[in-house]
Amino acid sequence: MNITLRVWRQKGRDDAGRMVTYKVEDVNPDMSFLEMLDVLNEKLTLQGEDPVAFDHDCREGICGACGVVINGVAHGPENTTTCQLHMRSFKDGDEITIEPWRAKAFPVVKDLVVDRGSFDRVIQAGGFISAPTGTAPDAHATPVPKADADRAFDAATCIGCGACVAACPNASGMLFTAAKITHLGSVPQGQPERDARVINMINQHDAEDFGGCTNIGECAAVCPKGIPLDTISQLNRDLLGALASSKSE
Amino acid sequence: MANSTLTKQRAEARRSTVALKSAMAVTGLILVLFLIAHMYGNLNVFAGQEAFDDYSHHLRELGEPMLPHGGFLWIMRIVLLASVLIHIGSAVALTRRAGKARPVRYRTRKPVQQTYASRTMRWGGVIIALYVVFHILHLTTNTIAPGGASDSPYERLVRGFQPENFWVTAIYILAVLLVGLHLRHGIWSAAATLGLNREGRRRAINTVAIIVAAVITVGFLLPPFSVLFGLVG
Ligand code: SF4
Ligand code: FES
Repeated sequence: MNITLRVWRQKGRDDAGRMVTYKVEDVNPDMSFLEMLDVLNEKLTLQGEDPVAFDHDCREGICGACGVVINGVAHGPENTTTCQLHMRSFKDGDEITIEPWRAKAFPVVKDLVVDRGSFDRVIQAGGFISAPTGTAPDAHATPVPKADADRAFDAATCIGCGACVAACPNASGMLFTAAKITHLGSVPQGQPERDARVINMINQHDAEDFGGCTNIGECAAVCPKGIPLDTISQLNRDLLGALASSKSE
Repeated sequence: MANSTLTKQRAEARRSTVALKSAMAVTGLILVLFLIAHMYGNLNVFAGQEAFDDYSHHLRELGEPMLPHGGFLWIMRIVLLASVLIHIGSAVALTRRAGKARPVRYRTRKPVQQTYASRTMRWGGVIIALYVVFHILHLTTNTIAPGGASDSPYERLVRGFQPENFWVTAIYILAVLLVGLHLRHGIWSAAATLGLNREGRRRAINTVAIIVAAVITVGFLLPPFSVLFGLVG
């Protein structure tokens, strides 16, 4: 396959950035999208040009490091991570546009690499449980109903890739925040800090300059882990409940 | 966490994006209830001039003698005005936030599943607000009186929607369709914001939103079309 790429190139945080066109020839349809970029980068390096910077680590869809907007869709045409996308999803002669996640909360570091530190700070604000250390408790010491365990587990599969923010017309980080609220709010261990958690996390979310959610649903549609939109309703419920109750005042 | 910190965090969360959305949801639902009552009032036009004018007159007498003449109506107006102001104020704040949250635009953007209704909430809302001003000047205060002013609400309506004033009808139809779109996404969004969306309930909420939006749209379009085609007049 021969592919034409239009790639966002940006030298650093303060550079304005621009789209640059490259041709990649002899692309094997079984290559992953990132391997195709590797081929381009080898070519650029041989020509003495600066290779395209992009984030990646596990390349098996579990770390959340990769992620670019491909032809206007976060992670591209398949509902998976960019590293799990293959060139067979494209046709010979295609022109493919590649851009970084665009959000104030995710400043571009270089080319396609963005800084997702804002996500870390949202988690640090309350996305954890405070457990005393010591020997691990017996697995069956705290019974959890199967449905709750499943819901918590599904929400916990969020890999923090940031596609939800990238796809959101408001650049809101609500699905990511809601996934953690739902994860910890569904199990007994998360209950003591539940009110404080939602209050602190939403404040941090807003302080990071993410937009507000307007329930458009693009986030859940591109989420490679299938975090459902109703987690956001759960977050709203928890926040309104926490603000109404005076328990933690 | 120290209690004073949490108290401060609580105060901040009361001004958060989620709090703003919730204010929009509650005020929006108040306005939906008003629209349903308003639609019911409009449909009285099919019962003839006397019934329609009586209905409009009775609105002023509601609550008498506990309330002064027109008292109920003024309470309604104050609640509605407050709702509109809170709704618009929150929308403006959230829109500006969204603008700031994405300073650099995408060069290529492909929506995956978003509805047309969800995309037109902001500009649609602005146009609806402008229309409401025109609508009050036309049919409430009768400052704008296409076809001639009248003390009878029925006559104002019938004169305003005559075929020779087609521009009035055209603007009205456009506004009602925009309201329908606004409600299609608005009702779903309000429900989700207030925490009603749960596993597997998304479709049900959307269905309710579509039905309510459709009923209100058709209900408001019936009177002007009936006047236009001479069925009422
Ligand atoms: S919610 Fe989904 S899209 Fe958002 S960060 Fe988590 S895995 Fe990525
Ligand atoms: S590189 Fe780890 S998820 Fe793609």
